[in-house]
Amino acid sequence: MAAITIFKDFFSRMFFNIFKNKKEIKLGFYGPPNAGKTSLANRICKDFTGEEIGEVSKIPHQTRTVQFKEKVEISYKGKKMTFKLIDTPGIATKIDYEDFLKYKMSKKDAKERAKEATQGVIESIKWLDDMDLVVIVLDAAENPYNQVNITIVGNLAARKIPVLIVANKIDLKKADIKKIEAAFPEYEVVGISARYGKNLEEFYESLFKLSKKV
Amino acid sequence: MKKRNNSERRGMSRTKDFTLQFLPYAEIKDLDSNNRIRRILEIIREDTILILQGKLKPEEESKLIKDTMNLIRGFESFRGVELAIVSNYSDRSLIDKIKRNIVNLLYGGDLDVITIIGPATIVKEIKKNPKKIELFLKK
Repeated sequence: MAAITIFKDFFSRMFFNIFKNKKEIKLGFYGPPNAGKTSLANRICKDFTGEEIGEVSKIPHQTRTVQFKEKVEISYKGKKMTFKLIDTPGIATKIDYEDFLKYKMSKKDAKERAKEATQGVIESIKWLDDMDLVVIVLDAAENPYNQVNITIVGNLAARKIPVLIVANKIDLKKADIKKIEAAFPEYEVVGISARYGKNLEEFYESLFKLSKKV
Repeated sequence: MKKRNNSERRGMSRTKDFTLQFLPYAEIKDLDSNNRIRRILEIIREDTILILQGKLKPEEESKLIKDTMNLIRGFESFRGVELAIVSNYSDRSLIDKIKRNIVNLLYGGDLDVITIIGPATIVKEIKKNPKKIELFLKK
């Protein structure tokens, strides 16, 4: 009888592990507006599915709803992992519709965009609880000591969600990865250019390494 | 507080009137997170830059952002907040950190830091780096 129980346990554990390994990892892209979250998510999606996840724009708050791409199988150095990519709206502490007027937008459209952007921020924060792994995308040319960045990192740390920090836009002259590394010494920082596909190998290497913690 | 440069100063545009208020941690210590955030936002909405002794917990910070977004949706004149937390933790040794944690535990909050929160209609930007903090006002 005991032998049958051990046998049953062994098989149930084995099937559980097979199922667990095939599970999609929910990978969130978080960060302030215009840091390049959608550009990076698009780059990954395009490379592995041939499709994009969302539109990008120079106007802040282009992504105002949470966007998904399921069953994205990423291959790197012979290894494969399946992710559900979750591209979130940029998190901000202020949204002023007048800022959108600079982009030749009508007052009505600017107000509508601001309203949708506020909802987007709320949605992004709500989704924090559902992530298995988060890539925080920061603009390497901007000051990283921004309270929004610190709040996102703090919330993920409190939830014990593994974090990879991406310093995007390293193609820009003002880009300074060392400043981002100094601001977040406890995290791995990978410098990339999502727009030009620069240094993505290192990004995938870090992503796979961090996925083991999930 | 810092103004951008001399030419801007000569531009004669005036900053909006505002109040600077210090809020000791003792005043919000016994409030739950919802009431703590409500109290802070009530102060901010009266054109006040708040200097809070201590800091909010990470989940309170995200709640502050969520509630701020709801206020922007509800009131057209409210455009959000600018905030920064100022501390000097990086200069400390492990023993100092342990001492600080014990003190924080006794007081029920981190009193060795200050949080600056201001309405976005008054505070244009709070620039922070490890050594200094600069507050730029809107004109």
